[in-house]
Amino acid sequence: MAEKIAMRDAYGNALVKMGGIQENIVVLEADVGNSTKSILFGGKYPDRYFNVGISEINMVAMASGFAVSGFNTFVNTFSVFMTTRGLDPINSLIAYDSLNVKLIGNYAGLSDSYDGASHQAIFDIACMRSLPNMTIISPCDQVETEKAVFACGKYKGPVYMRLSRNANPIVYDDSYEFELGKGVVIKEGSDMTIIATGYMVQKSLAAARMLEEKGICAKVVNIHTIKPLDEELIINCAKQTGIVLTVEEHSVYGGLGSAVSEVLSRNYPVPVHSMGLTGYAESGGYEQLLTKYSLDENAIYQKVQKIMKQNKSYKLI
Amino acid sequence: MSLSLTRIEELSGLCKKFRRQLIDILYSVQTGHPGGSLSCTEILALLFFEKMNIDPAHTNMEGRDRLILSKGHAAPMLYINMAHRGYFKLEDLDTLRQTGSHLQGHPCYHKTPGIELSTGSLGLGLSAGVGMALSDRLNRRNSHVYVLLGDGEIQEGIIWEAAMSAGKYKVDNLIAILDNNGVQLDGTIRDIMPLGDVQAKWSSFGWNVITADGHDIAALSDAFDLAVRHRGSPTIIIAGTVKGKGISFMEGKNQWHGKPVTQKEYRMAVEELSVQ
Repeated sequence: MAEKIAMRDAYGNALVKMGGIQENIVVLEADVGNSTKSILFGGKYPDRYFNVGISEINMVAMASGFAVSGFNTFVNTFSVFMTTRGLDPINSLIAYDSLNVKLIGNYAGLSDSYDGASHQAIFDIACMRSLPNMTIISPCDQVETEKAVFACGKYKGPVYMRLSRNANPIVYDDSYEFELGKGVVIKEGSDMTIIATGYMVQKSLAAARMLEEKGICAKVVNIHTIKPLDEELIINCAKQTGIVLTVEEHSVYGGLGSAVSEVLSRNYPVPVHSMGLTGYAESGGYEQLLTKYSLDENAIYQKVQKIMKQNKSYKLI
Repeated sequence: MSLSLTRIEELSGLCKKFRRQLIDILYSVQTGHPGGSLSCTEILALLFFEKMNIDPAHTNMEGRDRLILSKGHAAPMLYINMAHRGYFKLEDLDTLRQTGSHLQGHPCYHKTPGIELSTGSLGLGLSAGVGMALSDRLNRRNSHVYVLLGDGEIQEGIIWEAAMSAGKYKVDNLIAILDNNGVQLDGTIRDIMPLGDVQAKWSSFGWNVITADGHDIAALSDAFDLAVRHRGSPTIIIAGTVKGKGISFMEGKNQWHGKPVTQKEYRMAVEELSVQ
């Protein structure tokens, strides 16, 4: 089992490793390199590292210049600023022309907890999902982060990857194989399916284990690639278990829950419930915020029981 | 080296032909931007027919010079230059802005070979140009990246972020040209959002500033030569131009930013352009 380190450290280390293998990688940063850990790449490859100061829109537009010149360009800042300030060139250059730019949104979800709502990204998936040509990755732990970075190195085209700030419990060991666009069943179950992304994968897994004691056997699926979505897997889960619950550290509007609902309503309609944020959060401890906004294992545990109860009464009628 | 009189006459003839063709096309398709296309006629013709190291038959040629039309609404004049230079067929020009055409309302990188960057959302081209120029430096190429900016466009905040970045990295292979025609969509620059001392602004951001009459082919040519020779900082050529240049009733009028040409106006324009 890998040593527990923060997802951002895993990202920074992977970037350095990849920089040694691929000479066409350049890294751009907007003055938060110490936070995103892009600074690790800068220390090792200063010629290919450009810290452009606090100018996110400029940084993202600059990336398009590198990309059309043949460089695989990694752009770094907080998720919230990447997808607001950077959105203009992300839309009109990077997505429009399918440029080879990797937009790494760090401190996603509520993970920049103490900084408060101004620094928390709760709409980034919705934003990026509506852009044509965009791939969206949301790893759940440090192992998956490292594998996803290498997958980004190989993939040619625009990617938005959202990373959590923190050292979360580890789901995978080093033998894990990451395949872009493929969801992963991490726990089998037959009563219902919990589909989660990012840190919510661990929370869902913990909740599913608690549910076993209540006699509820939930399947847990990790969707690390939100776009393109593994539709086949999701449809199969719906066929096997009926009810689906989605869990994401993001708004319930436009994120993973919406994506799953869209797929199932078109292909195999079953009840889809979603957990996520419905408004802005606030400052506070990360785990405390997740609890307050019903995104911890206990909230998922309660929610699943409620859903199963409702479903039972529905069936009886 | 300064241009010969013969060459100046040739380029001047090209500009005349391009202005006439612009009006023909815009009248025919009844859409597109005449004002800002006419103000950068000489700038684009000089780049495509005199200054840039390009090969229309090999649009991905290594070490080529690259142009970003950051003021993307001047696309019609860009397309005219590219068609005459051999990037695509002249008859394609008649399909401007029409369904199925590769000639989009604003330049499109993935539809038109030879377009180096999609533009349209104003202000982004300079930052992208900094990225391209730094790429050329990393690849040890001696080429130049040209970015044509509108003066209204430099009201965008990103321009000054890009200006700072170019200054920091001293990208002397980056040459911006400011089409300083003094007029934007809603009115004059002075009325809508005054730019202050433009020369001083770019200087203070660490740029080499050259001024030239943007319709004087000889002067503009010398300015480009100075810019290419300059080392140690990015250069901006502030080109004094007239919006709608060459058609008297369009000159200096913001209404001609993007208005369709009527039959009467078309006849007047053609008459004027024939006399010149």
